[in-house]
Amino acid sequence: VTPRTAVDTAAGVRSGSLRAADVLEEHLARVAAREAEIHAFNLVTQDAARARAADIDRRVAAGEDPGPLAGVTIALKDNLCTRGVPTTCSSRILEGWKPPYDASVVERLAAAGAVFVGKTNLDEFAMGSSTENSAFGPTRNPLDTSRVPGGSSGGSAAAVAADFATVAIGSDTGGSIRQPAALCGVVGVKPTYGAVSRYGLIAFASSLDQIGPFTHTVEDAALLMEVISGHDARDSTSIPQPAMQLRQELGKGVEGLRIGRITDLPAGADPGIMACLDAAFAALEAQGASVVDVQVPAFTYGLTAYYLVAPAEASSNLARYDGVRFGMRVEAPDTNAMYSATRAAGFGDEVKRRIMIGTYALSAGYFDAYYGKALKIRRLIANDFAAAYAKADVLLTPTSPTVAFEFGSKGDNPLAMYLCDTYTIPTNLVGHPAMSVPFGTAELGLPAGVQIMAPTLGEPVMFRVAAALEEAAK
Amino acid sequence: VSVHITKVDVAKVAKLARLDMSEADLDRYTEQLAKMLDHFEDIDALDLSGVEPMSQPFPLVNVMRPDVEQPTLDRDEVLAMAPAAEQHRFRVPSILGIDL
Repeated sequence: VTPRTAVDTAAGVRSGSLRAADVLEEHLARVAAREAEIHAFNLVTQDAARARAADIDRRVAAGEDPGPLAGVTIALKDNLCTRGVPTTCSSRILEGWKPPYDASVVERLAAAGAVFVGKTNLDEFAMGSSTENSAFGPTRNPLDTSRVPGGSSGGSAAAVAADFATVAIGSDTGGSIRQPAALCGVVGVKPTYGAVSRYGLIAFASSLDQIGPFTHTVEDAALLMEVISGHDARDSTSIPQPAMQLRQELGKGVEGLRIGRITDLPAGADPGIMACLDAAFAALEAQGASVVDVQVPAFTYGLTAYYLVAPAEASSNLARYDGVRFGMRVEAPDTNAMYSATRAAGFGDEVKRRIMIGTYALSAGYFDAYYGKALKIRRLIANDFAAAYAKADVLLTPTSPTVAFEFGSKGDNPLAMYLCDTYTIPTNLVGHPAMSVPFGTAELGLPAGVQIMAPTLGEPVMFRVAAALEEAAK
Repeated sequence: VSVHITKVDVAKVAKLARLDMSEADLDRYTEQLAKMLDHFEDIDALDLSGVEPMSQPFPLVNVMRPDVEQPTLDRDEVLAMAPAAEQHRFRVPSILGIDL
């Protein structure tokens, strides 16, 4: 059964031919049947969702238009603040905390008529590539439950893949939307840095984090982007531009576009993944695009730069979890002992590891050798991308070097897990948009994702290419 | 940046980061951080002289809002979520090593 899209749901609900309450019950029935096995959610907010869906139907009956997402069911990554609804970041340290405000993205989705189904599981504080780092247990990939859904937004990707919700929202700091989208066979978008407000997104690495959608189709992703993008005065890094208009780009085709192939891309992707990428280039060429070879030499150094910058920013951002203002506290006789005991008990292993590496990279005597160097590498990567985009309109790479992998297969080796993000990290370092589109199947018949990268605010051309790839994959 | 990180370094970092650690934790993190730092040596091959650091992908400067009063978060709602509160304030244990 092909899942009903957000576009079709909203059209049906707005016209009165579909009831939001019925749409919601279909999703809740699937949640009831499979959620115990999948564990996509930290919390299912079914009572609030039912009240909300009933309200949407009432408004339609009264002749009102609830908005472009009328009755569309949405799952929210559990690092997005929802007023009065527990928001945990899948961490013990925030267990039981209820934010006193909504994230801007949540406000915009609500104003557009969306129905929130629940808060989705993630690697603790979005640090990981498999959702195995959640304090509340891993999420399973709905396509093969012996395998991970990817991460860190694994719960959001799984919720869409299992059709627990029509669409989901995640966050992407180094690939956390695109990689799980690829592993679960859905569409995932990391917008241009600053295109979507981060107000109310619990910060991991502030210069890298972006919020974006998971959807079944490229058109749904374009619709979601139209709702959540646009300037927000509450985020000082928000780009002062109106919301993007992307659906109008989808039918334009790719004739005359230059599709870049990175000839010095770091090796390591599985053969099946590379075969899907080759097929994607061929499909775009068949539709009138040209494939051009480009070099991005600094791409190779993205992983090191990222694993210095992201933990450095995280060590600073996560200093706020000190047992004073929110979340848990371990009592101790003085504040320093209380902070250290609380943080030791509240944070998981990977979060501590990143705080440690970040604190080290920022500490006296090492700042220039690590953090300072990483910031210069960011510039090199930006320069290399600029040269590549002088020759190509978009660049194509694999999203993930492998298909969904088995639980525990990266063992106790953090570096093996970090290598999952080789192809996704560089765009975060430079703030460009990128998205993953399912394109064929690779090893074991599991889905492969092709990553489309574009320059700053290049979403229109990125979505044109995405629509063409989606059409070719049918 | 070939630096050999020691258990003493890791203990110092843990203290800076306000993370209590057992001896076993320190041993494990020393080994793991050393491996990561070894991997990070790949950037030693780069010539970074004259390269301007990049701390933000989309630089915006002096982002200000109009200086007008706006609603703030509800105080009681915020304090209700704190581990301990008293007289409309966050309550913490002794900060100077003396119990007042």
